[in-house]
Amino acid sequence: MNKLIYLDNAATTKTAPEVVEAMLPYFTENYGNPSSVYSFASGNKDVITRQREIIADTLGANGNEIYFTAGGSESDNWALKATAEAYGNKGKHIITTKIEHHAVLHTCEYLEKQGYEVTYLDVDENGIVKLDDLKAAIRPDTILISVMYANNEIGTIQPIQEIGEIAHEKGILFHTDAVQAFCQVPIDVDACHIDMLSASAHKLNGPKGIGFLYIRKGVKIRSFVHGGAQERKRRAGTENVPGIVGFGKAVERAAASLKERTEKEIELRDYLIGRIGAEIPYSRLNGDRVKRLPNNVNFSFRFIEGESLLIKLDMKGICASSGSACTSGSLDPSHVLLAIGLPHEIAHGSLRMTLSEETTKEDLDFVVDSLKEIVQHLRNMSPLYEDFIKKQSKRQEEK
Amino acid sequence: MYTEKVMDHFEHPRNVGEIENASGVGTVGNAKCGDIMRIYLDIDENQIIRDVKFKTFGCGAAVATSSMATELVKGKNINEAMQITNKAVMEALDGLPPVKVHCSLLAEEAIHAALWDYAEKHDIKIEGLTKPKSDIHEGEEEEEEEY
Repeated sequence: MNKLIYLDNAATTKTAPEVVEAMLPYFTENYGNPSSVYSFASGNKDVITRQREIIADTLGANGNEIYFTAGGSESDNWALKATAEAYGNKGKHIITTKIEHHAVLHTCEYLEKQGYEVTYLDVDENGIVKLDDLKAAIRPDTILISVMYANNEIGTIQPIQEIGEIAHEKGILFHTDAVQAFCQVPIDVDACHIDMLSASAHKLNGPKGIGFLYIRKGVKIRSFVHGGAQERKRRAGTENVPGIVGFGKAVERAAASLKERTEKEIELRDYLIGRIGAEIPYSRLNGDRVKRLPNNVNFSFRFIEGESLLIKLDMKGICASSGSACTSGSLDPSHVLLAIGLPHEIAHGSLRMTLSEETTKEDLDFVVDSLKEIVQHLRNMSPLYEDFIKKQSKRQEEK
Repeated sequence: MYTEKVMDHFEHPRNVGEIENASGVGTVGNAKCGDIMRIYLDIDENQIIRDVKFKTFGCGAAVATSSMATELVKGKNINEAMQITNKAVMEALDGLPPVKVHCSLLAEEAIHAALWDYAEKHDIKIEGLTKPKSDIHEGEEEEEEEY
């Protein structure tokens, strides 16, 4: 059996051992409910407050602007639905993009059914929102702009500061889904005029099932879960203390290593992009070459289909993901790859590899060597490749 | 998610390739949906399928169903080959996940398309065979983009 090479860190990451260690006492020893009066339990209230501060510090925010949730999807749902509800009397128009995560897109579709109007902005061939399009889409009844910080599939980082400035100038709330970007790129909510921001712990070596929504002080946003007084009465339910502690530890760890870690990842990412581009013909890098998450590589290989590629890679111990229809459970390939203008057949042949701090150059060499072999094997089986080669040799003869 | 048989046929597909001057060639599916199958048949004067080859662009199930379909028709006469349904292909593979059943339909269609081509070339009629519906060249645009 080959060594496991895990290149799907945009899907989820390994919980860091020190994170698990920090969490453990909150299961078996300090298990008290933070809302209880006795000192055995109420100490946990301070523990939670401390984690809020750790997280807020990385964003230039205040601890009381961090609201814990069950993860990124809940945060996105909350931001959109509660804003729509709270500001519905001001207007019913929301602006977002075609490349958002489904947690945003499907929530927008739900809001459309509730009588809201949503503009889905196009992106350019690298997946970047065009600011002129955004400006043109703004109407007097626009209440919210929601643009992801960085894309989960192609890694493209949006001009968040410019978008925030436009929103701020027009007095429109600005939400960003930063699930992929948080602790991968430095974020300053004030400089970028971000009013709400979603993030999740398990993307940065924290545990699953815990996330937060940053809500700027002054933004009136309704309760998402009704019940107890937790999370400043906005999200009821006994706090997930171990999860929150794990999240705090993961953020502390990721924030401390941010510069060094991402510099190393960028070097490896560019090495991988360079080798694939040079050694595998008819391949195409998806997403912006520079404005890109440090750990994201996304290629399309013409004439082959993504699921086949993933199974072949799996046989070699390599974990990755694809935007092909077969892996999405629908007949259409990834909406992100279609939005950047890829034809269906090329979108079907996409491969996303997302690195971690543990990825080594040797791993990537093995991956590229395996990929070369697998891509050629699948192309030899592909009628599209056969037609392409025949067409080419015919052209050669004509010359 | 796949049975051992499916994985075996995906990992070691039988009869991959082309047949030069084939008696019949059929291509079905379209790139838009992510599955294209092409089947080549070599049929002798007694209407026996002497050899069969395939090429497939598609997922694991698409490759495995093509491979199994070629195994099932090899050595059969054209009327027997007509009897091989997508169900037979699925059963031979010990089943497919529900979302992949269309792959086995495509395999059946590919065989039929190749037989149709053979019948047209030889000006014969095969009992129960109708003109294949899907064709990859339908609405195809010439793609000139260079990579």
